[in-house]
Amino acid sequence: MSGRLRLLPVFVAAYLLFLYAPILLIPIFSFNNAASTTFPLAGFTWKWYVTLAGNTVMLDAARNSLIVGVSVSILATLFGICAARAITRYDFRGKRLTSGLIMAPLFLPEIIVAISLLMIVLAMGAELSLLTVILGQTVFCIPYSMAVLVSGFEGFDRSLEEASQDLGETAFGTFRRVTLPVVAPAILSSLLVAFTISLDEFILAFFLTGTQQTLPVYIWGQLRFAAKLPSVLALGSLMLLASVFLLTLAEIFRRRAESRKILQEVPHG
Amino acid sequence: MADRSMISIHGISKYYGPYPAVSSLSLEIGGGEFFSLLGPSGCGKTTLLRMIAGFVEPTDGSIRIDGQDVTGTPPNRRPTNMVFQNYAIFPHLNVEENVGYGLKRLRLDKTEEKRRIGEALEQVRLSTLGSRKAHELSGGQRQRVALARALVMRPKVLLLDEPLSALDKKLREQMQVELRSLQQAVGITFILVTHDQYEALAMSDRIAVMFAGKLAQVATPKEIYQRPVNRQVADFLGGMNFLSATVTGDANGKVAARTDIFGDVVLEKPPGFTATEGKVTLGMRPERLRLLWEGETAPKEIQGTVSNRHYFGETTHLSIAVDGLSAPLSIIETNNYGADDLPIGADVRLAYDPDALVLLAE
Repeated sequence: MSGRLRLLPVFVAAYLLFLYAPILLIPIFSFNNAASTTFPLAGFTWKWYVTLAGNTVMLDAARNSLIVGVSVSILATLFGICAARAITRYDFRGKRLTSGLIMAPLFLPEIIVAISLLMIVLAMGAELSLLTVILGQTVFCIPYSMAVLVSGFEGFDRSLEEASQDLGETAFGTFRRVTLPVVAPAILSSLLVAFTISLDEFILAFFLTGTQQTLPVYIWGQLRFAAKLPSVLALGSLMLLASVFLLTLAEIFRRRAESRKILQEVPHG
Repeated sequence: MADRSMISIHGISKYYGPYPAVSSLSLEIGGGEFFSLLGPSGCGKTTLLRMIAGFVEPTDGSIRIDGQDVTGTPPNRRPTNMVFQNYAIFPHLNVEENVGYGLKRLRLDKTEEKRRIGEALEQVRLSTLGSRKAHELSGGQRQRVALARALVMRPKVLLLDEPLSALDKKLREQMQVELRSLQQAVGITFILVTHDQYEALAMSDRIAVMFAGKLAQVATPKEIYQRPVNRQVADFLGGMNFLSATVTGDANGKVAARTDIFGDVVLEKPPGFTATEGKVTLGMRPERLRLLWEGETAPKEIQGTVSNRHYFGETTHLSIAVDGLSAPLSIIETNNYGADDLPIGADVRLAYDPDALVLLAE
């Protein structure tokens, strides 16, 4: 037994190294003063980041990603709020089936979803644009938003709204002073999660985009040119940083929502 | 106790589909009274409380609070405040902000608002915890916050929906005492909903016992316990020995009856009692029967045999089989004379007081 226990830390270390070492290489090489990604390192430089700042195609792609990300996070969260509220507050026939179907895109092969959406868009004669990317990614993000929101709303106790009303507050005042602040962390968390997913989503964006690229599609295009690789690594490092930051923020909000939920279960004593 | 009528409920009903949760019920509650609605779950007591608060609209009937007809008035414009069963503490606000929640709408000046919050926190002995976050509070502290939050509004009536049911036994008993003295200090009408008969008995000026949407009896704790009007009330309020008797006479609001073991007795007629002859049911509380030890005598005695014994620490519950009775009598003895050591099958004598017998409507 003790032998097995000593092997476990080794296994965990190897596992973590395998998982994160490749990702760590990206920022390392993004500061490397050489066009090739080989060791030994050739010295520190900011130049790949500087070239990024002057790259208008890349900046356009970044702006597109921002537009798509913001739109998707708002749309997915709005639909997610409706669905999560229906699921946590009301009982209706086919509730399990409905929530199952809403969650299903999580488990469907994304490429199949992308192709089917592309077929529909083309069949309708619509033009591929950022709008089609937004709609496709929204469908894909709703399950994530809904999962975050359901867990936030489940903690919401109707008696909080009643208590507010009982203390003299109007229906609108109750929404503003109680309902909104209590569910706000879950909503923020949903916005951030959806934005982060949209930011690095490639397959749907690749199939559904027209002439305007999002960042992942732009990066994929750049990989054909070996000389561009260090810039891509610099861009990748920035996106990595943004994702980690946004998800950390989302997790902080999710935990805040969770701590408000725990309050509903009154401890004895 | 009740100076004047504070709440006047007239012919109130609430139907959920064809099912009445409360059916044509009328009730007067006095100013400054500690009034309990007691009954098993599903008896309509919470529905009645929520109709007084304004969360449930009655199907029929009217409610007046301090002379004002409030039927149809939403909860935010009624002079009542409520302590919810789960306390409903706002999770995003600290203790002071929770207590000051309702004051914000009154637009008091800052110093006055602070003074009233401080005063309310003092009343519930939470003065030092004003800046605590809601999730850092224990169950008992949350309950105090809920109380302060309601009291700070200076309501004419404070409504309490099973406020102690989430607390453990010791804290519950302590809060019973505190709630009672708090009510006496602030002097406003408290209406408590509970299914715990000891809680109702310990705290109330008057108790209304409810079954199936109707009032069974409204009286003081002592009267409800000692003079229950019917078998259901008697049974709900605690242990009771039920005995059958035959009516032998009926005059001046009293009934004469013959019992198998207590002989001929004269009993007060409860309201709603109609039988003038035939079989009736009498009740006697277990603690009104007392074991007689060797050498002790009593004016009224009966013989019996111990058939069962349960030890409860401070008391022992004994079942005594008596010749001529189909069910054994239950008695409760405190454990300072050795009742906890009486063997099953022991012959015993019991003292009883015929005045403790009550006539029960079915």
